[in-house]
Amino acid sequence: MKKILLWGGLAVLLVFLSIGLYRSQQGQVGKGEKAPEFELISFSGETHRLADYHGSVVILNFWASWCESCKPEAKDLEYAYQYYLNRGDVIFLGVDYVDTEPEALGYLEEFGITYPNGPDLRTEISQAYRVRGVPETFIIDQNGIISHVQIGPYSSFEHIKSTIDPLLD
Amino acid sequence: MIQKTNRLLWWVLSIALLISLIPVTGYAQGSDPTDDDVNAVAKQLYCPVCENIPLDACGTTACEQWRGIIRDKLAEGWTDDEIKTYFVNQYGDRVLAEPPRRGFNWIVYLVPVVIFAGGGYLFYRGFQQWRSPEPDRNLRNKDKTTPKPVKLSEDDINRVEEELRKRSQG
Repeated sequence: MKKILLWGGLAVLLVFLSIGLYRSQQGQVGKGEKAPEFELISFSGETHRLADYHGSVVILNFWASWCESCKPEAKDLEYAYQYYLNRGDVIFLGVDYVDTEPEALGYLEEFGITYPNGPDLRTEISQAYRVRGVPETFIIDQNGIISHVQIGPYSSFEHIKSTIDPLLD
Repeated sequence: MIQKTNRLLWWVLSIALLISLIPVTGYAQGSDPTDDDVNAVAKQLYCPVCENIPLDACGTTACEQWRGIIRDKLAEGWTDDEIKTYFVNQYGDRVLAEPPRRGFNWIVYLVPVVIFAGGGYLFYRGFQQWRSPEPDRNLRNKDKTTPKPVKLSEDDINRVEEELRKRSQG
């Protein structure tokens, strides 16, 4: 009986350790996978849910004010937002990752970003998307499937456009 | 009687004066917290950006910003626990150096205890074996290795003797 308990306990421990190791080794949520649902409360207090944007292309950008490599793409993302704004079926959302609000608001003002942005409270969204760093951008198609994952910054507006246009009519 | 009352009053006033002169060393709410005050809270937190580096020892911009928040909150009179709760609400349980004792987090607390107890038990068993008296061990080994006496039949004895005789002649 003692032996069974001992080996059973050891087996349970190994299972937990294996699950932990497996989770830590998983990469980002990838192309072709269903985008995890999320709820983002923007700095201005509006709530944005992925489910609300079914039928639209969603550009989900993870960034932070302390992230130097986020800065080069900031203005290009805003430019792309303005470019698609009148269509109404391309949604830009910014998720502020592990950041402080005053600095984040300063960053948004510095780069003139006007599309909805909000903090990743309890880092739930970044964990759901298994984000490893910032910037990372997920392009989600009209059916909620991830069509492109951009690791690192976009190099230009054309680069952003090239990942969105194939999804549009 | 009046003289006695006056004397008592004089003593009470003197003691009150002495107590009022004792310097107060508590942390004054609203004053500027020192780096030590900030680090005392920061060392209980980890920034998810720099894994395995406590916040008080991390040099990244993100961690500097976090320490700035701690300083601001301390200056506003927040307690350590209130500040930690704020960080947990903002960034999740993963920021805590000491995970809350609930759910899967218990593994963190139980595994070392189990390993330590298992190690202690193995050490105890090993020590006990090592201390066992020598004759006993030999006896145990002897019991295991010495074959039990076998009763031979008359034919077998004759065959053995025959064989021995042949060998001694050859």
